[in-house]
Order: sequence, then structure tokens, then C-alpha cells
Amino acid sequence: MKTRALPLYATIAIFIVAYAICWLQFPAMLSTRVVGNLLTDNAYLGIVAVGMTLVILSGGIDLSVGSVIAFSGMFIAVMLRDTGLHPLPVFLLLLALTSGFGAAMGWLIDRLAMPAFIVTLAGMFLARGAAYMLTIESVPIQHPFYKALQSAYWLMPGKGRLTLIGGLMVLVVLAGMVLAHKTRFGTSLYALGGGEQTARLMGVRQGRTTILVYALSGLLAGLAGIVFSVYTGSGYPLSAVGTELTAIAAVVIGGTLLSGGAGYVFGTLIGVLTMGLIQTYIVFDGSLSSWWTKIVIGLLLLLFILLQKGLLKLSQSRLAGGGT
Amino acid sequence: MLLTIRNLTKSFPGMRALDAVDFDLAAGEVHALLGENGAGKSTLIKCLTGAYRRDAGRIALEGAEITPHSTVEAQDLGIGTVYQEVNLLPNLTVAQNLMFGREPRRFGLIDGRAMRAEARAMLADYGIEIDVDRDLGSYSVAIRQIIAIARAVALSGKVLILDEPTASLDAREVGMVFEVVRRLRDRGLGIIFVSHFLDQVFDLCDRITVLRNGRRIVTERIADLDRVKLIEHMLGRALEDEVEHRATRVPRARPDLLHFEGVGRRGMVEPFDLTVGKGEVVGLAGLLGSGRTETAELMFGLHPAQGGQVRDADGPLALTSPRAAIAAGFGFAPEDRKTDGIVAELSIRENIALALQARRGWARPIPRTEQNRMADDYIRQLDIRTSGREKPIGELSGGNQQKAVLARWLAMNPRFLILDEPTRGIDVGAHAEILRLIRRLTAEGMSVLVVSSELDELIAVSDRVIVLRDRRHVAELQGTRISPETIMRAIAGEVA
Repeated sequence: MKTRALPLYATIAIFIVAYAICWLQFPAMLSTRVVGNLLTDNAYLGIVAVGMTLVILSGGIDLSVGSVIAFSGMFIAVMLRDTGLHPLPVFLLLLALTSGFGAAMGWLIDRLAMPAFIVTLAGMFLARGAAYMLTIESVPIQHPFYKALQSAYWLMPGKGRLTLIGGLMVLVVLAGMVLAHKTRFGTSLYALGGGEQTARLMGVRQGRTTILVYALSGLLAGLAGIVFSVYTGSGYPLSAVGTELTAIAAVVIGGTLLSGGAGYVFGTLIGVLTMGLIQTYIVFDGSLSSWWTKIVIGLLLLLFILLQKGLLKLSQSRLAGGGT
Repeated sequence: MLLTIRNLTKSFPGMRALDAVDFDLAAGEVHALLGENGAGKSTLIKCLTGAYRRDAGRIALEGAEITPHSTVEAQDLGIGTVYQEVNLLPNLTVAQNLMFGREPRRFGLIDGRAMRAEARAMLADYGIEIDVDRDLGSYSVAIRQIIAIARAVALSGKVLILDEPTASLDAREVGMVFEVVRRLRDRGLGIIFVSHFLDQVFDLCDRITVLRNGRRIVTERIADLDRVKLIEHMLGRALEDEVEHRATRVPRARPDLLHFEGVGRRGMVEPFDLTVGKGEVVGLAGLLGSGRTETAELMFGLHPAQGGQVRDADGPLALTSPRAAIAAGFGFAPEDRKTDGIVAELSIRENIALALQARRGWARPIPRTEQNRMADDYIRQLDIRTSGREKPIGELSGGNQQKAVLARWLAMNPRFLILDEPTRGIDVGAHAEILRLIRRLTAEGMSVLVVSSELDELIAVSDRVIVLRDRRHVAELQGTRISPETIMRAIAGEVA
């Protein structure tokens, strides 16, 4: 068994065990309805976490995504209110904007050799500020196309609803998996996360890869913004505060090494679903404070960081033991 | 000739790293490139791999002049390099590492099965059968080194440069790597082999070129060269010269100060026994990479020893960290003064007070007047040339910096002082002063360990010389037996 896949297996195991516990206590939780809701409620988080996974794999971080989601919602709501454009061209415009924003941050990180943390932190304030510039209050979206988007779903066996946005999230995860594991771009991300110097020596085009991955993260943050606006039916500049950190938590719980170079996009999906599952459990229980979600997520994060540390020690001691 | 280098010259500000060096490499030969620190080996290799641009001279590959601008370009021309630190990615699989940038694709996506098959075929060429789908990091350094070689050969295919590829391998692993290198030689590659391990060089190579101070000293067939001669070429002094001897004076009987028993660490130096007498100067001799510095670092607790023990007259000492060593009365002036020894921006006074302050704890600052007195005292005693004690130490000359570093340790009044290359980069006058200082300190009862690549210096200052070869303590010379000849013979592996 590959040691590097262990965190992924651990994530999956924890998810299954957690689900089993939920099911024992509330048999109703084992239904496609709950699964459908899990996917719908966490669609925006899942999409943005896929982008975050790719960025973290490459050894970077993107703190701007939460603000970009808020900006996206505001941008769409204001454009629809003030211009009379159809949502589709607005979406395209927005995605071009957020991709460009991500690419610009990637360019700064690469060209000026600045830490991704600082550059995307600046991006976080910028995007949040831009959202407030549009307007400071919540703007409802009342376009008929939105109504259609919100009510589109596929009825799964067992009466569960796979909504459009839930399905989109699954598609994004699949696309992310192909990108990470089946393309040279994906291999380059792992290479950069494993060691920039070495990656360059092996022929990775560092500048191109860095700009692309942040552009991709920007694109997905924009897409998550669209999904979030469909989900909430409005734009609000204070929305999605801290989403970047939740996404990072999902990535780490999903078994990706925070320092980069190892991890799986699929794990991130499980990480997102695990966090959603805890939330659902609390709703089912009814008596627990929803803050318990945060506490459990905190504990899970700690557990995974310890697990990864332990694995590192294990593989090192195995090597020192003279294994080939 | 596969590769011809003529009059290769490269200068850096203040020094000429390569001075009209000639070098030839034939197809199907392993050619060793030897030399001590600053000989110009790495500069030569960097000119070949495109990391440096040459100032003058000609490099021709198969008769055509080449001027690579980057490692990738050199690779495309046919020159591949494998370094001591494996330049592959431990977090990718073996197959990904081997095929990186050349992955077979189907419908635009990487074809994992074809990639693994090709990687397996590549390794089978070298007689290696491993699971190419596992992370590179899960394999031993030797396997990784062979994978690096396989990748470099696949990408370049004419000249292979091996820059200390065996530095972190054990004997069995070295055998594995050599097996691969011989196969490649028989296939007609030209191989440049850089190593500090003479046994390996004699085992593997067909010809040897020795560089010293940026010049080519000699190129000879290995069969025509004897080892003592080779050491002589590398260290650059003729055996006939006589040096002033400290140890010709009658060896005095000294009380033992410290016993090191079975102290060693895997990958650094094999376990050794060493007793240091009170007021004695012990010299460590050996080529670069022989384990001299590693011995000194182990003794100071910079790396924890694996097994063995250290005792003084009162019982065992636990030297688990430099802090513990300092508490036990040890001092250590490291080899690389600029990065490890001084804090360039701080003043002479602050640099001198540093270690003493650390021992007192930061909660009890040394009073400023006391610091001033101490600094002035040592500036006078050691004759540190400076305009005053508040001058930043980085502005002093090398010799004066070294004296200030010594002053720092002397302020602690250690009983055992370890000096790694105490005269590196120091002018002749300061050189003699530092040696005189060492003698004076030992006359006052301090024990000193000196690591040096300069034989004359070791002979001039040591009561006893330990010779190291390939990370082992191989000989101990005392009294009149200390001479350049005996040391060189011991380094060369002849019984001294």
C-alpha cells in the first residue's frame, strides 16, 4: 500500500464511520435526500475547495477565495439589477474577471517571488473591498432564469434531489481529479509542491504553472460565487467570510499535505462532505449548538495533522531501517 | 574525443576559479575529477552544465563548440548531470520521475499504463526491477541515485556527470551504483566522476585529472599513478620539504581530559575512540569529505552521536546538544566563519559577549562595563586590528574575524576548544599569530582539537595527528612519526 494514500483512506474511513454513527442514531439519515442536501448545501464550498486543493498541492495557498465569492454574488446581483443583461453573459464576464484576478496574483507570486500568503491576503482585502464598493447592503436576485436554476434537479432513487449546483460540484470534483492526476499540468503541480528548485531542474515551467493554478483557483472561486448566489438568491458583501479557511480545513481533512506535493482531489470532496455531515447531524439532533461543528472540525484537523506527521516519521524510520 | 575542453577560464570577483584548464573525455571512459576545496571542480562542472558562462576557452562536444546557457539546454545537447543530493521529486512515483515531461498521452491525458511500462523498461536496462508506481521517496538513496542516472541518460545520452553520487551511500549501495556506471561506460557514454573517496576512484575510473587552485595539475591513466603521488598532487606539497615540528619536542606525559569511546553517526563518521590529554593539541587530517568536520561536529554535540559515550575524570558527559557541550566546557569555532561563526552586523564587543551571555541566560545581562573590559582585553591580547570595539565584525579582515571568534570562546574559559579550519581565508601573518595563540592556550592547560586541510599547519601545531579516510579514523601519529609523508601515506591507504 502506498503510504501517501493513507491519509485519503483514513479520511474515507472516518467519513464512513461517522455516517454509520449518524445512521445508528437517526436511521433517516441514510437516504438519498440527505445525500442530495449534503451536495447542495456544500456545493459552493466543494467547488472552491477543489481550486484550493490544486493551489495547496503546488505548495501555495489562496486566501482570497472567500472574498471573491462575496464579490461574485454582489457583481451578479448588481449587474442583474442595473443592466438588464441575461445572467449567462454576466456569468461569463464574472468568470473572466475572477480568473484574471487569480492570474494576476499568480503572476505577482511568481515574478516577484513573493509569498503566496501575503499576495492572496492582499487579494482577500481587495476583493472584499470591491464587493463593498458595489453596494453595502444585501441585493436580492429576482431574474426568472435564477428561479429556473434554483428549481432544476434530478430526482434520485429514494426521492433525493440532486440539484443543479450539487451536480455541478460533483462535475468540478471529477474535472479536478482528471486535471490533477492525468495531465502534465497536474504532475507539474505535484512537482512544484515537492520542491521548486528540483522541479525547475526537471523542466517544470514554473511561471506558467503558478499563474495557471491561481487563475484556476480564481475561476473556481467565481464559479462558487455563482453557485452561492443561486443557493442564497442574493448578493451580500459580508457573505462567505472565512470560507477560504473552511476550504483549507476541508483540503487538509481530505488528506492533502498543507505544505504541498501530496494529496488527492477526491479526498477534498470527502473532507467537504465530512464537515457537512457533522452539520447535518447537529440539525437532526436539534438540541446541540451548531458551534459544535467548529469544535469537531477543529479536532478532525488536529487529528489529520498528527496523522500526517506520524506517517512522515514512519516512512523515515522505515528508510533508516535500510529498506529498499 | 567525445568532449574536449581547452583553456577554460572563469573568474569571480577577487579570484580566478579556473585558469586555462584543459580536459578531455573519451567515449567509453570514466574520468575522475579530483581536487580539494577551491580547486575549481564545481566551477568546471557548472561551466559544462550551463550554470555558469565561461570567460574564455573552448568546450567542444563531438568536435562542435557548445555554449550551454542552462541545465536543460546542456541536457538537450547531450550532457546530463546527477548530483549528490538526488535531484528528483520524492513525492512523485518512480515512473512519474523517470518520464516527467515526456509522459505518453492518449486523448490528451497521461496514459498511466504506458508510462509505467516504459519506466519499467528503462530500469530493466540497468538490471533493476522495482514497483515504479510507488513514491520515489520510499526507496533507498542508492535506488534513487540509479533512477536519477537513468533519467539523466535518457534525456542526454552522451556525457554523464556524476557529482559526488556516492557521498551518502554505504558500501553495498556504492557497488550497485558502480554496476550501473560500468554498464553505461560499456555502452559508450563518457562519464565524469567527481568524488572525495579515493578507493572508489581507483575502483571505478580509467583516468584521473587533478585540479588545484583553478589549474590542472595532472591528467593520468589510473594504472600509471600511485596513491601517495596522487595525494601529493591534491594537497600540493612535495614530500621533501621539512616543516617545523611541534611534536619533535619530547612528548610529555599528560593527564587525560576527555575520553570519546565508540562515538559515531551513520552517514557522518564511523564510531571512533579518541582520548584528549590536558593541554594537548590533537590534529585531524584527511581529505575533504573524509569525516574531519563531521568528527568535530559530533564531539560538540551538533549532531547527536549514535551510541558510544564521552567521559571525563568525573564520569560520563551527555553531549546531546551544543548547549550541553558548552555547559561541559567545550567551545567550537566552525569551518564556515561567515555563515556559522559570526553575526556580521553586530559589533566586535557583542560578538565576543555572545556565547558567555547565552550561558548566563538572557535574563542576566552582562553589565556594559564588563563587556567593554572583556572586549578591550581580548582586542589587546589577541591583537585584533580594529578602530574600536563597536565596529561591526563583518567589516574586519578574515584573520581578525577569526580572532574575535576565538575571543568569544576564550571568554568562556573552556577546557576543550574545537577549531575547524582556524586559518581558512586568513593572510600569512595572521596565520602564524593564530598558531602561536593555540600554543599559548595549551601551555596554559587548555586542550585543543584542530581540523585542517593544510598539513604544514597540522604538523606545526599538533602533539598528535589523527588521520581520517572515507569517514574512518585510520591512523594515529605521535611525536616524531608526524610528518607530511606519514600523513599522506595514511590518507592514501598505505600502512603508515
